[in-house]
Amino acid sequence: MSTTVDTTAATAARKERTPVRPARIVLHVFLVCMALAWLGPLLWALYAAMRPYGETSEKGYVSWPDSLSFDNFTNAFTQSEMTHYFVNTLIIAVPAVLLTLFLSSMVAFYVSRFDFRINLFLLLVFTAGNLLPQQVIITPLYRLYLLIDLPGITMSGKLYDSALGLVLIHVAFQSGFCAFVLSNYMRSLPHELTEAALVDGASVWRLYWQIVLPLCKPAMAALATLLSIWIYNDFFWALVLISTGENMPITSALNNLSGQYFTDPNLVAAGALLTAIPTLIVYFALQRQFVSGLTLGANKG
Amino acid sequence: MTTTPTESPEAATPPPGSGPAAKTSTTATKVPQGHRRLLTRRDRLTLGLMAGLPTILHVALVWVTALASILLAFTTWDGIGFDSIKWVGLHNFTELFTNNPQFWPAVEHNIVWFVALILIPTPLGLFLAVQLDKNIRFSRVYQTAFFLPVVMSLAVIGFVWQLIYNPDTGLINSLIGANEPGHYIDWIGDPDLNLWAILIAASWRHTGYMMILYLAGLKGVDPSLREASALDGANEWQTFKNVIFPTLRPTNTVVLVVTIIEALRAFDLVFVFNKGAEGTELLSILVTNNIIGESSRIGYGSAIAVVLLVISLAVIIPYLIATFRKERRA
Repeated sequence: MSTTVDTTAATAARKERTPVRPARIVLHVFLVCMALAWLGPLLWALYAAMRPYGETSEKGYVSWPDSLSFDNFTNAFTQSEMTHYFVNTLIIAVPAVLLTLFLSSMVAFYVSRFDFRINLFLLLVFTAGNLLPQQVIITPLYRLYLLIDLPGITMSGKLYDSALGLVLIHVAFQSGFCAFVLSNYMRSLPHELTEAALVDGASVWRLYWQIVLPLCKPAMAALATLLSIWIYNDFFWALVLISTGENMPITSALNNLSGQYFTDPNLVAAGALLTAIPTLIVYFALQRQFVSGLTLGANKG
Repeated sequence: MTTTPTESPEAATPPPGSGPAAKTSTTATKVPQGHRRLLTRRDRLTLGLMAGLPTILHVALVWVTALASILLAFTTWDGIGFDSIKWVGLHNFTELFTNNPQFWPAVEHNIVWFVALILIPTPLGLFLAVQLDKNIRFSRVYQTAFFLPVVMSLAVIGFVWQLIYNPDTGLINSLIGANEPGHYIDWIGDPDLNLWAILIAASWRHTGYMMILYLAGLKGVDPSLREASALDGANEWQTFKNVIFPTLRPTNTVVLVVTIIEALRAFDLVFVFNKGAEGTELLSILVTNNIIGESSRIGYGSAIAVVLLVISLAVIIPYLIATFRKERRA
């Protein structure tokens, strides 16, 4: 039974793509060249990172390698105590992603499942806020963070220079995008679903927590992937709102370190590639969620 | 204490749309569902908190600060104590427009950034998307190659491209033999070259982003359109130009808005490259320099932020109005 299905599916697939026309070959050649050109900068960085500084400074960078090794990677990792900065990033990114999803899903539930007059305006406020360039708000934000004293709660005693401060701004900023996407998603869920439960006496919290939220899993997964990568990659907020090198997340720490300690481009290349690894892992593992997350927001437009 | 909805008199009325009660309902302007009238007081409180807390956080950190930027733009302040805030009217703006050698170049570079992104990586991304949409083998592999830069931090991308542009040790100069003293081509330092060098790196990333957006758009094109076009004897280019491209209109709008916003937000790459020194000034860099640089001219920095805000809102507001109007109709 299943074999017949398989073969028909296979022939169907073959039928669609079989005829090996010259045009197809030209297309593949073109795409291979383009893909290699696109991977070029990364491959070059990898090549540079795998060669010792001594060798490249003597023979030049465009030369055949005497030896390739991962020494630069281990050196970059240990010299800059990368583990410490990865942990810093985790401390910021994990709560920020979870909190953003939690808060924005509540807003989305409010605006998409009920018909309050304020809904459209509320959603506009969130969506527009997310589209602003960060620099528009950074000056007062920086001052505000310096003003807020949190003795004993953060290392710095202020909101400034603390992981908490970064979590808050990530949540505030990103919840705009997530509220927009999730409200579109929730609106597509049939109304009878919550209607019936409400008539039966379920509280709105139950509607949200036990009915709507579980149905939003695909959208939440997509957004979680996207948010993790965005927040991990953040450079700007950390650059301005963190002053102590020790407290920096990985991307801004790398910038700091490459100026201060690294004088060796190969080592910087290794450091940069190491920094990119977690996002690449997330991307390869959750590719489908990531891409669907990006287009969840775009398709509606 | 808790009154169940079934006990409340409101709950007895059928949901709007299914009975005459809908017509008499005056409280709601448009009532697609009857949820609202089934709510207990406690439900209303819960809902208020659910929407209220996130809104307070978002408004306080994003909109109140944006408003504060506007107010501060009309003052001078060194940041030390509130007493030193002085109202100066339009002074910051006049100084910015007439007396700042970096301002107009920055505006120009932001525009160049946008024009470059819309002219090169956007059509290229569309072209790649159209090719990859042809149900070809290894499509996933190609997609991944083009998309990889989008996943990476712009700061990391800055480091990677420095390995290519570095005058001494970079790939380009090594290849063309310009890495000897006296023959240097300073891709990062030369004010005539550095913006373009950075834009190549930015385009490298932007292409993959555009490709994914267009691929998603193309997936939504009704296949029967293609068939009809083929039956009419249109060739590939004619089909694309007359049939496919017009249906991509919503995607094009998103692409345009995304690209403008990316051009206004551009920062990380430039900061890592040369901190926005000569030749690569951007509005975002000028604002940031007022905070992390030595000089703390808050009013002045805010004035630049206001320019950025005004340009952004000029794009954001029409886009959102159009988007939400469509949604309301849907």
